[in-house]
Amino acid sequence: MQYKSQKVAKPYFVAALALFTGQILFGLIMGLQYVIGDFLFPAIPFNVARMVHTNLLIVWLLFGFMGAAYYMVPEESETELYSPKLAIVMFWIFLVAGALTILGYLFVPYATLAQLTGNDILATMGREFLEQPLITKLGIVVVALAFIFNIGMTVLRGRKTAISTVLLLGLVGLAVFFLFSFYNPHNLVQDKYYWWWVVHLWVEGVWELILGALLAFVLVKVTGVDREVIEKWLYVIITLTLVTGIIGTGHHYFWIGTPEYWLWLGSIFSALEPLPFFAMTVFAFTMVNRRRREHPNRAATLWALGTGVMAFMGAGVWGFLHTLAPVNYYTHGTQITASHGHLAFYGAYVMVVLTLISYAMPILRGREANSAKAQKLEMWGFWLMTIAMVLITLFLTAAGILQVWLQRMGGQPFMVVQEQASAFYWMREYAGVMFLAGLLVYLSSFFAKGETVAAAR
Amino acid sequence: MSGVFTKSMARNIFYGGTVFFFLFFLALTFDTERTSPQRDNRENLTEQVMAGKRLWETRNCVGCHTILGEGAYYAPELGNVYKRRGGDFIKAWIKSQPTGALGRRQMPQFNLTDDELDELVAFLKYTSEIKNGNWPPNDEG
Repeated sequence: MQYKSQKVAKPYFVAALALFTGQILFGLIMGLQYVIGDFLFPAIPFNVARMVHTNLLIVWLLFGFMGAAYYMVPEESETELYSPKLAIVMFWIFLVAGALTILGYLFVPYATLAQLTGNDILATMGREFLEQPLITKLGIVVVALAFIFNIGMTVLRGRKTAISTVLLLGLVGLAVFFLFSFYNPHNLVQDKYYWWWVVHLWVEGVWELILGALLAFVLVKVTGVDREVIEKWLYVIITLTLVTGIIGTGHHYFWIGTPEYWLWLGSIFSALEPLPFFAMTVFAFTMVNRRRREHPNRAATLWALGTGVMAFMGAGVWGFLHTLAPVNYYTHGTQITASHGHLAFYGAYVMVVLTLISYAMPILRGREANSAKAQKLEMWGFWLMTIAMVLITLFLTAAGILQVWLQRMGGQPFMVVQEQASAFYWMREYAGVMFLAGLLVYLSSFFAKGETVAAAR
Repeated sequence: MSGVFTKSMARNIFYGGTVFFFLFFLALTFDTERTSPQRDNRENLTEQVMAGKRLWETRNCVGCHTILGEGAYYAPELGNVYKRRGGDFIKAWIKSQPTGALGRRQMPQFNLTDDELDELVAFLKYTSEIKNGNWPPNDEG
């Protein structure tokens, strides 16, 4: 660790992994509810489990991004963090607010929660992924602003690199587009139109800038390739991202009551959205092949390469699969969408955060890399989780194809078709158990003993 | 990635491209807003429909169902449920939940009043009349 203040990243990473574990447990509950419909009903109805599952994902990824920024920015800027104290205060505020929100979902009926938290003053709740009570949303804004102030001041004070600029741009974009979560018009079409400004412009826009910056940072460190080369790649990748992704928002504007030209624009631009992910894969492999050093943290390199490949598969290939309007007419809102969502989030955002954690955590714990034994466990975790997620994706895709065939083309009722897909849902649940096993192996790697690689410099 | 193509060129293309396409996006948004009244059924956006939308939101319906294809995929699409089932069926269905059938997916009981049920149905009727490119492909959603 080159700068003392980088250590504020550690609690962020620990919290991220704890919430990640919670997310997976609720995923397993939902997976079971797909086949045993009354499982845990009425204690945890499906909609509650789903809110917890998706909101935990968002919150832990945000913890991951923030931890990553606190770790990276001092090193990039070659100066201590502007205010480590503010970072720690914000950590606790975010953790407590997040925990209270999840407990609220679990133990208070949602309508009561809405009433208690001021939804009557400004109604923002009850929209997918934006289910958070108003006070939680305001809390997120406060934490994000304090965080960006802290990171921004650090960047301003020190060396300005392309990596920290792109990271900051992504974080500012994240905060700005989140503001649309406060806009909830009565008109459902407008509501949906601007809802995507949060959801799409996050995950297929500004979050990809953060993703690129994190990946570039780790590749600079583990490969020793000249920063100029890596940063040039970074700019090319994020250019492709935003040039395709901004108008690519149109692939959500096919069937919600928006003009027909979105069918064309959405199809064409989103068909190009795999390009930045493809470039990212080529980038990661090229940099590792051209490496100037053998970094002892081989697990981090594996995660970095894995991010490239899986983000391309999940966001790129599985996204393309159903992004053309004539195809999407039949697949929209089926398990095909769910399969893409799972592999894309895992391949892009889960894996990049785990890449950064894999690289930074050993250093935060006073060594350049973990012991061979710990790395071996971590890599087992990598393979188990990644293969499990591929299986989940394949089974959901199979269920989705069945759904398209029987329901969308065949006109059979929803629940009749769901029953016919139950074999695939069972296999998805088994793959989910495998994912949990992989996660436990991964987590155990943090506790593995053995000869560690001493801190460099 | 030869030597002629420098980092600052890449950076300039990034900023130029982003600004251009974002402005293009804003222009399209402006046009979408301008022409939306032809499609979004706003003439039927009554107080009752608005109240129904609030109910839809505060009962987290989207946590199980899709509406115009967006939401969770655990329960049927409701954007066209008014056409599929009609208002009376919808109200009776909501009132009779949960079915308690063993092993079947369960919908919670929300204890809605008759007025609230009417509001919800009004919202679902309004939604089903949005001109959205004739999606879904058939009434089953």
